[in-house]
Amino acid sequence: MTFLVEAYAFFYQLADSFAFLVLCGLGLAIIFGMMGVINLAHGEFIMCGAYVTVLSARAGLPLPFAMLCGTFAAGLVGLILEFLIIRRLYHRLFDSIVATWALSLIATQGMLIVAGPSIEGLKTPFGSFELGEYSFSVYRALLPLIALLLLGALYWLFVHTRFGVYSRATIQDANMARALGANTGRIYSQTFTLGAALAGLTGALYAPTITAVPTMGQAFIVQSFVTVVVSGADVMLGLAPSAAVLAFIQSLLTKSYGQLIGQIGLLLTVIIVVRVLPKGISGWVLQRNGGR
Amino acid sequence: MPRWLALLDGPQTLGRGPAFWFVFALLVVATGLLPAVVDAFAITNLTYFLVWVFMALGLSIIWGYAGILSFGQTAFFGLAGYTYGVISINLGDAGLWTWFALLMSLLLPAVVAAFVGYFMFYGGVRDVFVGIVTLSITLVFETFMAQTAGPEWTIGSARLNGFNGMSNMPPLTFPWGETPIVFDGPSLFWLVLALVVVVYLGLRIVVNSRFGNVLVAIRENPDRAEMLGYNVRLYQLFVFVIGSVLAAMSGVLYTLWGAYITPSSMGLTAAALPIIWVAAGGRKDITATLLATVFLTWLSQQLAVKGNQYALIWMGFILLVVVLFAPEGLFVTVWNRLRDRRRLRRVATARKTVSLPSA
Repeated sequence: MTFLVEAYAFFYQLADSFAFLVLCGLGLAIIFGMMGVINLAHGEFIMCGAYVTVLSARAGLPLPFAMLCGTFAAGLVGLILEFLIIRRLYHRLFDSIVATWALSLIATQGMLIVAGPSIEGLKTPFGSFELGEYSFSVYRALLPLIALLLLGALYWLFVHTRFGVYSRATIQDANMARALGANTGRIYSQTFTLGAALAGLTGALYAPTITAVPTMGQAFIVQSFVTVVVSGADVMLGLAPSAAVLAFIQSLLTKSYGQLIGQIGLLLTVIIVVRVLPKGISGWVLQRNGGR
Repeated sequence: MPRWLALLDGPQTLGRGPAFWFVFALLVVATGLLPAVVDAFAITNLTYFLVWVFMALGLSIIWGYAGILSFGQTAFFGLAGYTYGVISINLGDAGLWTWFALLMSLLLPAVVAAFVGYFMFYGGVRDVFVGIVTLSITLVFETFMAQTAGPEWTIGSARLNGFNGMSNMPPLTFPWGETPIVFDGPSLFWLVLALVVVVYLGLRIVVNSRFGNVLVAIRENPDRAEMLGYNVRLYQLFVFVIGSVLAAMSGVLYTLWGAYITPSSMGLTAAALPIIWVAAGGRKDITATLLATVFLTWLSQQLAVKGNQYALIWMGFILLVVVLFAPEGLFVTVWNRLRDRRRLRRVATARKTVSLPSA
């Protein structure tokens, strides 16, 4: 029995880590994979989602609606920023990195001034369940399922909808897509908004489990980058396996040596992956299957 | 004039001719005389502004001249600071030991940079992935140092002290008869100023030499440079090591300045700062980088009076405005505008003189 409990505890840790990496990486991966823009303000979109969720839940909205508010708020901010700034920086890789880094600084420090070093958090819903000597949060146990559902929904979006077909055409060959009548400018704008909204959703989902602080974006962005780099450009193909592998490494190291060593393990994995598989898992799979 | 000295002026640096060098000499002398005029506190501050110049110049040649965006210069900054701390606390300030510690804290980062550079450039890591690898290394180092709070993390008699950082390392000391020279206050200021001048002039020669021209060729098109027969990876490795040693120099001088080094001097926010200075001034010119670094560190300090967050917000805004409206950098853009205007005026006067007889 104790063995089973231990095994479940490890699995729970693994699934929790998996969910975190998938949710963190989704928004960033879509923006990077579809548009080639590296969005260093990704963590701040997550923070935005978390703050709006916490504030609107404390204002009396039921939690699911508060989460929707957080998602939409981040999406809206993304839409505006794309229009004002990101749009001018396509095809200027270094400049887009630097500009989004500037945005991230402004957002973090601005939030610090406006809202102070931290705001009162929410209670995690659904309580917890006991197994042996351990206690598990029901809410956190649900997050991996939500992550899988989201992956499924995105698969549907990109494969079965008009937006999906247009956007995949735009990634493959933007000029050709434009010649065939796709409004690629609008598709980029929609994609960026979608990525920002997904980041907001991540923040919203984790809002009840953490204390929202202005610098929380930094904690998220490292994990996001790690997942996306290991995944490679194709979100649908690479993200889930990448998150699974990294979650395994992280939970193994965290269990044996503590959280900071787990973090170091993730970063070292990325360094090795960049060296060995520069196009990530998805690039490797595509190459093996004789793709481009 | 020997040939290497003639390289001080060249295609890869702004500013040339007697007027430029006159202003330069005037600035250096005026800055050097400052300790006679202003109080000790102001000198400490001035030293602080100059300390960062090395890291910025290093990033300028790596990123601006060779086109490699490294996010991880603060790793070498921190490594140098910790190396100086560990060695100098263990060996003390007798004899020349502090200078040995200084030398080692430049050598060790050089070796690490050579290793990392070999791993990246000879392993086919390119473009943005260099940024990811270097940033990861910085974060690994920061995270590792942050978890060394326990008493088991001690090297000799130096405790690493985790997130609180190391302190109380001895200052640079030169044995001189009865009373050894201790480098603090004005003497540290003069040392740092002299190093800034030497490094700045040295880099001007380096970037205007054949080596510098090849770096720029690689920045503009690495494949073409390779086709023309240059060993691109070797050049990249070289420039990465030089830039990293400069970051290390900032790190060790910073540690000497405050007798203090922490893991957060390597973290994400710290790593962003050199990028801001270099991008804001003009990454493709070391003079612009130098001026921007001193100006922006001064500005940050002025703004930080109201709280550090205000300084960082303004840094963010400056960076954003520069990227959107003056992608070459503020100083470089202004410089080019002025030069163009002067040229136009010269052309206009020339036209007038030519057209006079016919009129």
